[in-house]
Formats: sequence, C-alpha cells, structure tokens
Amino acid sequence: MIRVQREGFDIGREIAALTVGNPRIGGIASFVGLVRDLGGLRSMTLEHYPGMTERQLARIDAEAHRRWPLEASLIVHRYGRLEPGEPIVLTITASAHRQTAFDSCNFLMDWLKTEAPFWKREEAASGEHWVAAHADDDAARDRWQETG
Amino acid sequence: MKILYFAWLRDKAGMSERQVSPPPGVATVGALIDWLTDQDERQAAVFADRSVVRFAVNQDFAEADTPIGTGDEVAFFPPVTGG
Repeated sequence: MIRVQREGFDIGREIAALTVGNPRIGGIASFVGLVRDLGGLRSMTLEHYPGMTERQLARIDAEAHRRWPLEASLIVHRYGRLEPGEPIVLTITASAHRQTAFDSCNFLMDWLKTEAPFWKREEAASGEHWVAAHADDDAARDRWQETG
Repeated sequence: MKILYFAWLRDKAGMSERQVSPPPGVATVGALIDWLTDQDERQAAVFADRSVVRFAVNQDFAEADTPIGTGDEVAFFPPVTGG
C-alpha cells in the first residue's frame, strides 16, 4: 500500500493496522526518514507531482512484492512544509522471515529516493534553495539491479 | 498539449503549467524541448542545461526520443530528491 499525504503519521498505529490478523508474519522492518538540520535550517518544503507520485510509489511497492515474499508493505510519503525533526517518509515491510523484511524495506527506500517525483526546498536563515540530487543515491538504487 | 514544470524549473519558467500547440513536426520530447527553447527567453533558461532536466510523458518517466502527441501531458523537472 502507498499513501501521499500532508499530515504526519504514527508508526505504531501504521504497523498495527498493516499486520493485524496475519499470523504468517514473523518479522517487520521499518524506516522513518526525518528532516535533518545540520545548522540554520528553518523548514523544508516537499513538492511532488500529484498523480505520477502515487503511480511511481505503487510501482516501487509492487516491485518489492515481485522480488520478495512479503505479507504486507506500506510506503507513506509526506509533502508540504516540514520543520526540522519532523518525519518525511515511512516504509514498512512484513514477512515470514527477518532478512526478507530488512532487505525489502531497504529496497523500497533506495528506489523511492531516485524514482519518486518529490523535490525538497530548504528554507534557512541564509535563504532558500532546492536540494541537489546525490550521485550516491543512484548508486544505492543500482545495487539492486537484477543480473541475468 | 499540457506542459508542467516542477521545482526550480518552475521558478525559471515563471509558471507551473501551460497549454501549447507545437507544429506537427514536433513528435518527441527532445523536439518539444528544442521548440520550447525557441519560443522565448524564459523557456530557453529552463532548458539551458539539459543534463539536469528530467521529463515524464503522461506521468511516466520518458527519454528524449519518447514520442508525444496532442493531448499528452509532458512534465519537466530536475532529478528527484524525495525520501
């Protein structure tokens, strides 16, 4: 499942709602990304491409299910103005086994970073600027390339 | 044809979306960029460095040789920075 929303989220409730009533789940992995402040950041505004964002997240989610035997998964990504310390993104994967949950959760984040149309603008005391993309995010995505 | 701009490309374009009617010979995203660049200085500024421009046709990532047609939605944006 995927959701794109302005409001925050409660990771405990999300995990409970995602996994309730499924006794086959043996492990749950989750990741929460936060607005980081390395000094002087007032806020961050996340812009997205409504429509394409949901499609891309749904594809990434489907790809994780194609690659791993998942019992459940969730991607929640926020948009709009966020302050330092606020959560931006949540990924949860649930499977029979631990390694599947860890790996697929990692995969969701790596792919999301380069394949979902979001853009960050930082507002600091010194002014505003659009965050530049990182080459190491591309490298992180590419390590999941399937061979053969 | 609907054109959308996101992030700093929108800032440079001075608009978030517009309707355009390129001539019939403009059949790919690359040709559309060429045509838009010739329209006015703002569009030229948007596409000044094409290496940092990504695009989508009808909400799917596209390449310069991706075909386009009347009624398509073509979006231009910088490399994504979500997550």
